[in-house]
Amino acid sequence: MTSREIGGTLSPGFYYFSGNEAVAEGAITAGCRYYAGYPITPSSEIMERISIRFKDVDGVFMQMEDEIASICSVIGAVWAGAKAMTATSGPGFSLMQEAIGYATLTETPLVIVDIQRAGPGTGQATRVASGDLMQAKWGSHGDYQTISLCPWSVQEMYGQTIDAFNLAERYRVPVFVMGEEAIGHLRERMEAKPTVEIFDRAKKPGAPPFGTNQDDGVPPMPAFGEGERLLVTGSTHNEFGIRKTDDAVVHANLVTRINNKILKHRESIIKTEPYYLDDAEIIVVAYGFTARSSLFAVDRLRKEGKKVGLLRLKTIWPFADRIIHQIGRVAKKMFVPEMNRGQVRGEIMKYVGCDVIPYNQTDGDIIHPHEIMKQVRSLL
Amino acid sequence: MGRDLEKYLRPEVKSTPFCPGCGHGILMNLILRAIDDLQLRMDEMLFVSGIGCAAWIPSPNFNADTLHTLHGRAVAFATGAKMFNPKLKTMVISGDGDLASIGGNHLIHAARRNIDLTVICANNMIYGMTGGQAASTSPLGALTSTTTEGNIYRPFDLCKLVIGAGASYVARYSVTQPVSLIEAIKKSLTIEGFAFVEVLSTCPTQFGRRNRYDSPTDMLTMLKESCISKQEAEKLSPEEMQGKVITGEFSYGGT
Repeated sequence: MTSREIGGTLSPGFYYFSGNEAVAEGAITAGCRYYAGYPITPSSEIMERISIRFKDVDGVFMQMEDEIASICSVIGAVWAGAKAMTATSGPGFSLMQEAIGYATLTETPLVIVDIQRAGPGTGQATRVASGDLMQAKWGSHGDYQTISLCPWSVQEMYGQTIDAFNLAERYRVPVFVMGEEAIGHLRERMEAKPTVEIFDRAKKPGAPPFGTNQDDGVPPMPAFGEGERLLVTGSTHNEFGIRKTDDAVVHANLVTRINNKILKHRESIIKTEPYYLDDAEIIVVAYGFTARSSLFAVDRLRKEGKKVGLLRLKTIWPFADRIIHQIGRVAKKMFVPEMNRGQVRGEIMKYVGCDVIPYNQTDGDIIHPHEIMKQVRSLL
Repeated sequence: MGRDLEKYLRPEVKSTPFCPGCGHGILMNLILRAIDDLQLRMDEMLFVSGIGCAAWIPSPNFNADTLHTLHGRAVAFATGAKMFNPKLKTMVISGDGDLASIGGNHLIHAARRNIDLTVICANNMIYGMTGGQAASTSPLGALTSTTTEGNIYRPFDLCKLVIGAGASYVARYSVTQPVSLIEAIKKSLTIEGFAFVEVLSTCPTQFGRRNRYDSPTDMLTMLKESCISKQEAEKLSPEEMQGKVITGEFSYGGT
């Protein structure tokens, strides 16, 4: 990580941005200079702002023919040396899944921002949900690990987009910013600090680009045009990129390494935020916009003297299993409000023995604080 | 392949991936001959391919940057690489199923944008790698593993498709026309904008054995006899044109 002045891209100070605008600014600050996308509600404002702002920073913007072309051209640009991203919503995220698997096997760092809307199918394009979390985890075929972040504010749409680029470059992996319509279209004050921490791709000319003996598990990454004569393939390959499609050992080692390089570093990737956990008997676990409602509700209940706490998940994948396990041992009950049918509640139940009470709302609206207060009171 | 072209191959690759009699080996030779004639530097070249037999022409054989991508998406990957780093001389080499069926949308949009890419489409009229299924380029009546009573759909005219989409240079030749094909590949590499060369190739293993071309030579002879020039085509009646394929340059410099 190096500290970098942001002045060349955005003047430090306070801004009144929408979440989607903040994503575009965060990407530019992080060094993103290639963006490809396809219009889709409720994420299109990201692409629109990028198309204008890239003129200031000599970025390359491409509006592609579909989401498949968008993600594929992003991968091509990354191998040509770019930090690159796309943004979309559920239907587009579905179309990108095959290429996401390709990016994990070729260890291509990239960022996808998914501004989640109410699904399945075309669903309700303008309304909110957080129904794509399991898709972010399991959407492509085969065994792989990626990283997913869950912003809850415009400030975090900016900051987590920067984090997403840093994590992608550090681990050579696709990173998803799992926004929600309510955050994408929320407009509130955010601050752009004068300096940010930026991670730039590790280079080591001549070193194998697809294998390493180091414990870290992340090989250095060259680019096209550097004279390395790269072999990049989505088929099973050895450390130099030569296809090995019938070699059991090469395949086993490759799949193990691309999974372990994320899992081994999980403790530094996973971020959570505790509120009132020390003596809490009921612990709310929430993420994204629902965590805002939850914090409001928990604050109120605390003022009433109720022993209620909140664990906010700032990252969803890899899952915060250790801290969930720890708090599950002291909590009497956990309460998990979600704008889906219980995707994260199911994950929590793998790691705790106490009751995990779901509250699942899939009506295209946010979960309001009074609903959370009502539900938690009924558990006390 | 001429020994003088071996310098363009990765030293660690020792064998051909292609079946005996496959036309793609001829095409590999002709692409490298065009590169050699133009004295292009392999360090400045990027070869992008999709999935299928033709995608193995550059990957892993060519000793340059190669990007072996998803099925159908080679042109989209190439678009990203070329747009971010225009110094990369970028050539897409893939098959008819890859570029024109599953990847047809990317092909026409790259032609529409007139991006400075060279696309070489090795058209063997069938899905070879997966076992000989019908392609969008299979001739009417062709016997394949999914059209055992004969293909009932018309094949795509890929050159017309890409011209219609706005490409700068479009040509079609068969692997039986090596001199013209080398010249066409050279033009496709030197012209600014989107250049498309359809190369009629042979698949004796999957197409030939089902369609009574009993040896690789029979398939090559069939191709040789069916390819005619635009001038020859003008003299033929519609009946006489049955089974013929027009080869030549169809669009040059956007005309």
